Amino acid sequence: MKTIYLDHVATNPLHPEVLEAMLPYFRELYGNPLSIYEPGLKAREAIEKARESTAALINAKPKEIIFTASGAEANNFALKGIAYANQNKGKHIIVSKIEHHSVLNTARFLEKSGFAVTYLPVDKYGLINPEDVEKALTKETILISIIHASPEIGAIEPIVEISRIAKQKGLILHTDAVASVGNIPVDVQALGVDLLSFTAHQFYGPKGAAALYVREGGRIVPLIYGGIQEGGRRAGTENVPAIVGMGKAAELAKRDLQKRMDRVKVLRDKLITNALKTEKVLLTGPPEKRLPGHASFVVEYIEGEAMLLLLAAKGIYSASGSACSSKALKASPVLISIGIPAHLAQGSVVFTLGEETTEEDINYFNETFPQIISRLRGISPYAKGWEGMEGSSCTVQK
Amino acid sequence: MYSAKVMDHFTNPRNVGEMPDADGIGTEGNPVCGDVMKIYIKVSDDKITDAKFQTFGCGAAIAVSSMVTEMVKGLTLDEALKITKASLAEALDGLPPQKMHCSNLGADALHKAIEDYKVKQGK
Ligand code: FES
Repeated sequence: MKTIYLDHVATNPLHPEVLEAMLPYFRELYGNPLSIYEPGLKAREAIEKARESTAALINAKPKEIIFTASGAEANNFALKGIAYANQNKGKHIIVSKIEHHSVLNTARFLEKSGFAVTYLPVDKYGLINPEDVEKALTKETILISIIHASPEIGAIEPIVEISRIAKQKGLILHTDAVASVGNIPVDVQALGVDLLSFTAHQFYGPKGAAALYVREGGRIVPLIYGGIQEGGRRAGTENVPAIVGMGKAAELAKRDLQKRMDRVKVLRDKLITNALKTEKVLLTGPPEKRLPGHASFVVEYIEGEAMLLLLAAKGIYSASGSACSSKALKASPVLISIGIPAHLAQGSVVFTLGEETTEEDINYFNETFPQIISRLRGISPYAKGWEGMEGSSCTVQK
Repeated sequence: MYSAKVMDHFTNPRNVGEMPDADGIGTEGNPVCGDVMKIYIKVSDDKITDAKFQTFGCGAAIAVSSMVTEMVKGLTLDEALKITKASLAEALDGLPPQKMHCSNLGADALHKAIEDYKVKQGK
């Protein structure tokens, strides 16, 4: 059966050219980059070359890039590293309610360690109002960390406006750009951020390679102590093949970004237009300010996991933020934050397109999706409306 | 993550739909994630002769509904009352741990349908 991968926000396939670039570093070029003989020097050179192209993708300087093993690590590093480096100035941090778990859970950890955290609300599209950032500031504020783009609802946040506020007050601004780098232009100068997290597997690089951008001169306390790797800011023998892969993927992403964006946007729009033709299907997140390959919906009267399974049975792979589809059986906090009631959040589905998605794929999807909706609605007691639902079972908004 | 049997009952659910002339109806809401299962039974001579369901929920919940409606057909009310979440899960060759509560939903909705029948009969 042909499979159609519409879960690019989860991860992406490795680009064949990226794999090619990586292979020698699994084989003959296995040297430790700290060694002073030939294979070591070669490995060191390869890492520095990768650092250059990784930096270029976000318009940073190579020395501003610290390689990490994941976007989650970069986010942990940014929050903890900045909090601990600046705790003598103040102990207040601002994040939004729609951050990734790696930001939210780190913020919660910092709360337990004596920091105060404000969790900013978002509007019904999932967008942060920069004025709310301003209102949340206290004398103690040291760090603002706002996600650049939401993987769940595609919303692109007004980082530029928020950075103006941060600059005015002399505060440090971090953005989790895991879902945006490689999908839209991301320029650390234009955004005005001091730190930015991103990961290679979001732009056809390997898993296990990611980076934290730290503006030149920025002080950060390491998460991992040890040797002098990454300028002493992230110890541990480098994952050379993965870093080389990230560098190559960054080079390709920079070269092809516009082409990739234009292509997926046309297909994505086609998908959204068609999906909304079915009754009681609502778009979640902003209609305009969203990632170009991102489509997310709530489908009324049916549940997300059931949709995913039936779609998968038809070869289509996608994601959901419904309670039933999550291990913890909790609806996605992002959907709750944009004001979606629990029974509607149950019908969440997310489709994210990528480089290898074709027009044919989308045509097939457009044919299949409405069939699956009507099949599940045929089973649902609410196919004709939510009568009797309120009060009985959607009281569980955790 | 699901057994072949769960996938079979989920993708080809048996006994789907409303039953306008049902003798007993049981609706159970899921306190964990907010889903709903509705079971209809037809009874004659203390035996369940037919059963149908409507479910708003995950793949496991739909499979459980399909399975419970299959299992009860031909059972006496007392026999049907012995169906538990464990026996339902077992009939489906097991459910993932975080999905065990979905089988609870099936057993509870069935028991409610039987109760509803008894109340309507004045028993
Ligand atoms: S009905 Fe929600 S997990 Fe099964």
